[in-house]
Amino acid sequence: MKLKKGIPLIDQHDKNGLWGGKFGGNFIPETLKKPVEDLNILFEKLRKDKNFIKERDYYFKNWINTPTPFIKLENITKHLGGAQIWAKVVSELNGGAHKILNSTVHCLIAKRAGRKYIVGDTGAGYAGKMLSMSAKKFGLKCKIFMGAKDIKRQKPNVDAMKKNGAEIFPVYTGSQTLVDAVSECMRYWVANNDTTHLCVGSTVGPAVFIKICGWSTSQISRELKVQIKEEFGEIPSKLKLINCVGGGSSSYGFWNEFIDYDKKQIELIGVEAGGPKKSKKHAAPLTNNSKMGVLHGSMQYVIQNSDGQIEETESISAGLDYSGVSALHCFLKDVGRARYTSATDEEALEAYKLITKYENLNPSLEPSHAFSEACKIAPRLSNDTVIIVNSCGDAQKDRDILKKRLGRYK
Amino acid sequence: MSLSPISLVFRRCKKEKRPALLTYIVAGDPNKKKSLNILKSISENADILELGVGHSTPIADGGQIQTSSYRAIKNGFKMKDTFQIVKRYKKIKNSKPVILMGYYNMIYQYGENKFLKKCKQSGVSGLIVVDLPWPENKNFAKKCKKKSISFVQLLSPTTSRIRMKKIIKDSHEMCYYISMLSTTGGKLKVSPKKILENYNKIKKINKAKNIVIGFGITRKTIASLKKSDGLVIGSELCKGITDSIKNGHNPVKKLSLMVKSLKRRIV
Repeated sequence: MKLKKGIPLIDQHDKNGLWGGKFGGNFIPETLKKPVEDLNILFEKLRKDKNFIKERDYYFKNWINTPTPFIKLENITKHLGGAQIWAKVVSELNGGAHKILNSTVHCLIAKRAGRKYIVGDTGAGYAGKMLSMSAKKFGLKCKIFMGAKDIKRQKPNVDAMKKNGAEIFPVYTGSQTLVDAVSECMRYWVANNDTTHLCVGSTVGPAVFIKICGWSTSQISRELKVQIKEEFGEIPSKLKLINCVGGGSSSYGFWNEFIDYDKKQIELIGVEAGGPKKSKKHAAPLTNNSKMGVLHGSMQYVIQNSDGQIEETESISAGLDYSGVSALHCFLKDVGRARYTSATDEEALEAYKLITKYENLNPSLEPSHAFSEACKIAPRLSNDTVIIVNSCGDAQKDRDILKKRLGRYK
Repeated sequence: MSLSPISLVFRRCKKEKRPALLTYIVAGDPNKKKSLNILKSISENADILELGVGHSTPIADGGQIQTSSYRAIKNGFKMKDTFQIVKRYKKIKNSKPVILMGYYNMIYQYGENKFLKKCKQSGVSGLIVVDLPWPENKNFAKKCKKKSISFVQLLSPTTSRIRMKKIIKDSHEMCYYISMLSTTGGKLKVSPKKILENYNKIKKINKAKNIVIGFGITRKTIASLKKSDGLVIGSELCKGITDSIKNGHNPVKKLSLMVKSLKRRIV
């Protein structure tokens, strides 16, 4: 198993949609074979279509406000000493997170496919909120599946979805979080794929959804590469790109342009959700060496019991609370290109406290996991080392949790 | 070469000029003992028994089967129980062929070869793996064939004719036609006439293959589809178990009566 240079990772799969011959694929019911194949054909056509790219870029620039800022976190760098800490403030995108990139592309595809309806899953509610925004913008009727537990803890995003006219279906099965929402959403698509487009909210699911999402979020690293060169004149010789990893959509997008570089120059660090300090449950299949298995149509490392039942996860961050992880990250782990670690709920909260104390930045609990790792390693590193954290979401959605846990929001 | 137990069932049903009745319940629902007793009690009227292996993230099952699966898992169901239930069931005098139906991850974790060995030892005749479509299932289907276990290919209204021909070519003695775009147990949103039209198109590709129809079939609709090789009833039976638990009735007795009445409608 080897990484190829000069080819985007999303395209480094075999004819069965498997990365490294083993991750990803299409473990789907027969009923979904044709819709998935049709979508694949359409997507491959559209990504080569200049008009489609122009349309995408138009909406990326004028509607969702790319490029997002790239800033140095002067105060926290000074406070910690050691490496420079920078942030790519992706949360400045319209709607407050990177998910808008994926949902916009999906809506544009759905329009080309002549679909009137679009359905999607959501954990933190960002994927759902953004899909509802995009659907409204492009005149599609939108249905969102969301775990009942997440509906309670991410109310601001639920309110936003409703305001955008989306119909929300609470999911009461299993752990009532993202994993169950994705299952229910896929089941809905099994029954309605003749009229409805499916937007999978992350780089997970059958291979084509991994590709579409990765292709969409790659906008982040395309911008960042230009910004880094503007700022430093060249790519720094010691660069660390730190991103939280749940399904893996923001981290893949944040890394895509940098995967070909030597890891001694650019280290890619993924931070999974370690869950509560005292709990055995977590949402970190890569860090904890979970076994391979099939989840939502894709072979991946996934938290499961010895029987193959997918196990419940636990994390303060709804966006990272997923039993599996993208096939792309499984591949990056196995070839040794990226390093994966985890931060506990408490560590993420500490990082949130620190960042909001020193900087005018309000990262949600997901990127707070990444900041935790950045703050942990920065003091040990030289000051010519550049750490960039993808601040991929805004904490507004977490205000209830933050008030409860920290007694304050911001 | 002698005919497989599944082929024998279809041959017998054809002689009796009726479709085979295939029932589906989830292994270990509501618990190990009762689910074995249900199998024993419906055995008289059912021709082939599908036994579902409950999974925590079932992407093609509707509410009724999900409820059964979650109930079995909650009551401690483990993969090894499936084989135990089948083994004990196969010991009774009038036992029928058993087909296990489930999701690939359960087989993958068990190990394909070990799983097939266990199937063989306990007396399983066939397998349906919901999320292992053709051509991804080619290798596994071959392994099944070597063990004389029938791998049941699925066909759906979205399967193109070219694809259908290829799948049928690789299929064993039985294929499963999914009646409509739906998860299991959805309301029948296509007319039985239309379903039979599609069914006949499939039969024309290869008359020797036994094609059963499933998804959304109930007591009310079963008679209208009897001009087929076989019919699968699943969600309604799972609901029967749920209802009898809710009402404090005996699910074994209830299911036995339900299957008896289903059989009456197709003979």
